[in-house]
Amino acid sequence: MSGFEVSRKDMDRVSVVSLKGYLDAHTASDFEDVLQKLVDEDRVRIVVNLRDLHYISSAGLGVFMGFIENVRQREGDIKLAEMSEKVYRVFDLLGFPVLYEIFDSEAEAIQKYQP
Amino acid sequence: MTRKTTSYRLKLPSRTDNLETVRKFVADLARKAGFGKEDIHKIELAVDEACTNVIEHAYENAEDQDIDIVVKLGPQKLTVIVTDRGKTFSPGDIETPDMEQYIAELRVGGLGIYLMRTLMDKVQYRSLPDGKNQVKMEKYLEKRS
Repeated sequence: MSGFEVSRKDMDRVSVVSLKGYLDAHTASDFEDVLQKLVDEDRVRIVVNLRDLHYISSAGLGVFMGFIENVRQREGDIKLAEMSEKVYRVFDLLGFPVLYEIFDSEAEAIQKYQP
Repeated sequence: MTRKTTSYRLKLPSRTDNLETVRKFVADLARKAGFGKEDIHKIELAVDEACTNVIEHAYENAEDQDIDIVVKLGPQKLTVIVTDRGKTFSPGDIETPDMEQYIAELRVGGLGIYLMRTLMDKVQYRSLPDGKNQVKMEKYLEKRS
């Protein structure tokens, strides 16, 4: 009963990772594995859709922090989309909105990568 | 109005798959104490962070140790006491971080403590004489007028 799902959808230039359920110290490694695989494949234009994410702890936030530098060095980014008010409050407490671009919709976040 | 304090206890092995059970335990009690949705989330997140620190730092991910969680519901506050027998943690070494510098350096470890201090009204660490470590967190119920 891990209560967490992560899925990936590759588009032309962008990969969308969708999170569902509870992202904590138990489930963070599942998310980490997906991001690591994207980086290994050099697919570094990433959108994370948080619409169905109900909960995040610092272990989950740590995953975003662990990849952002590497991804940006390769001219990519991690853009966030569709997060709930509850999840946003945790991001906000740790000052994440100054570090990450956050969009109301997945489409807007994807659009941001278009040349 | 009742003035008494009631205590509830949960003892679990030090595994991250138990965090969900811990969160449900404290969230149900916080709801029972009369906290609103936002405060329940704060309490549940603070206790998750405390237990995650115990598992990852005090027990260094050993899965067969105990985490002892006591929740006390009083008339004006909820108190959570998390006790472990792991490596002693010295909170004096950890200051509230300068967030910009923190994020710039991508240091992950201390975020949980920062969150606990931000989410709860009071957070105290103690080393007990019998070698146990304890973190005590309090959240006050707002007086309703």
